[in-house]
Amino acid sequence: MDYALVSLIKILAVIGGLLGAVAYLVLAERKISAYIQNRLGPNRVGPWGLLQPLADGLKFMFKEDVIPTHVNRVLYLAAPVAILIPALMGFAVVPFGDTITIMGRTIRLQVADLNIGILYILATASLGVYGVVLAGWASNSKYALLGGIRASAQMISYELSLGLSLIGVLMVSGTLELNEIVVSQATHSLFGFLPRWNVFAQPLAFLIFTVSAFAEANRLPFDLPESEQELVAGYHSEYSSMKFAMFFMAEYAHMITASAVIATLFFGGWHVPWLLDPLDTSLVASLLKVAAFSVKTGFFLFLFLWVRWTLPRFRYDQVMRLGWKVLLPLAIANVFITGVLMVLGR
Amino acid sequence: MMELYLFYMFAAVAIGSSLLVVLFRNPVNCALSLVATLFCVAALFVLLEAYFLAAVQIIVYAGAIMVLFLFVIMLLNLGHPEVLEPSTGKYRKLSVVLLVAILALQITSMATRWMGGPAAEPDAGMLEDNIHYIGTLLYTDFLFPFEIVSLILLVALVGVMVLVKREPRRATAPNP
Repeated sequence: MDYALVSLIKILAVIGGLLGAVAYLVLAERKISAYIQNRLGPNRVGPWGLLQPLADGLKFMFKEDVIPTHVNRVLYLAAPVAILIPALMGFAVVPFGDTITIMGRTIRLQVADLNIGILYILATASLGVYGVVLAGWASNSKYALLGGIRASAQMISYELSLGLSLIGVLMVSGTLELNEIVVSQATHSLFGFLPRWNVFAQPLAFLIFTVSAFAEANRLPFDLPESEQELVAGYHSEYSSMKFAMFFMAEYAHMITASAVIATLFFGGWHVPWLLDPLDTSLVASLLKVAAFSVKTGFFLFLFLWVRWTLPRFRYDQVMRLGWKVLLPLAIANVFITGVLMVLGR
Repeated sequence: MMELYLFYMFAAVAIGSSLLVVLFRNPVNCALSLVATLFCVAALFVLLEAYFLAAVQIIVYAGAIMVLFLFVIMLLNLGHPEVLEPSTGKYRKLSVVLLVAILALQITSMATRWMGGPAAEPDAGMLEDNIHYIGTLLYTDFLFPFEIVSLILLVALVGVMVLVKREPRRATAPNP
């Protein structure tokens, strides 16, 4: 009973936190894009525009919900659900802190400590493709269909390098459990002063993983599925009101999960270098670890936005060439080199 | 108790959606029903505490292969009415009889454990840690089949490349 209650609280906290973060990430994107383009951005609703997400949400809810007559109704309605649920599920295995002790009870700050952790994230990410494909097909319109086809081809291609780049990390840490990967990064050090974060042990894997994560989240420079100059809005052209908002939320939830996973796998997750003993579990230390995780995740979220408003979009053949002829061979070479070094260094 | 209810739920959905795979006329709906079936099978693996198998089932089948299926169906069906005609062959009735016979055979063999033999004993090593157990088995007892499978996959890959990538037709030799 106790366990169920604690789990329920953790689930609600994570889902609530994720949705709140999605709302404010949208605001952050508008603000940052404005600063990059030398504008002010939304600043009318509340101080510095901080209540803008509320206004956006209300607007989405009260917009007319148009269902075009030429769509495949069942699949058209299922698609936004099919994209939002996997996007929200992925975060369940990410450890957003170490343990915290409240009222004499030690709680692990992670919804589910699965021993297949990272595979679960890959699985939910691969299920996310269905929403895009279904939306594209069920809309029964050429722009949406082209967007859906582009998305499925792109996501299949980049899933391979995403998965293969992880193998090097898994070889170094020797486990699939995300929390143990963090612990293995926190408790070792390189040359005595550098924390042994996987970004130093596996720099190439980090690069491949980050690029593939951008492609998986359909963010610029890989936003071919919804490139607005060619395809109106791609796979969600025919959606309006809250259903459109669900596609939007799914994209931002994907970004948050991707950033959290990058921080966890390559930048030591909740590990605070130099200042804090990783085994310290006092309340202050626990909160500091959560803060460290949030800062690292926040940095990668900023990177997502920064790249979007800096780089132009790839051409489609360039996307495919980068995925299959550059990232995939590099990822395989990384696995091979890591293996050779581990055997030699034994 | 909870596990039993979950098992019945997922098993029922798996059977129902696998029936829909053959009953739907629209190939996209068929493919989606197959995805639902595979997903339920993965859930059954989770109930058996075979987490690794469940994850791989979703990543490989539901996540990669079925997306590819959908992709091909969507590409091939552009501009055609997306409905499959029921087959009208000489051997239609014969094939129905054969399939029903095979199904009956399967059910009886399952019921009498004629083919199954005694129930497999749960292995303590596997229950503790799926991944290490599977990895060790693959690289010791099952190394030869494992390598054979990878060889078959490699041959299939090369075969696909040869079939798909035709040489461009040679232009007639230029006159010197």
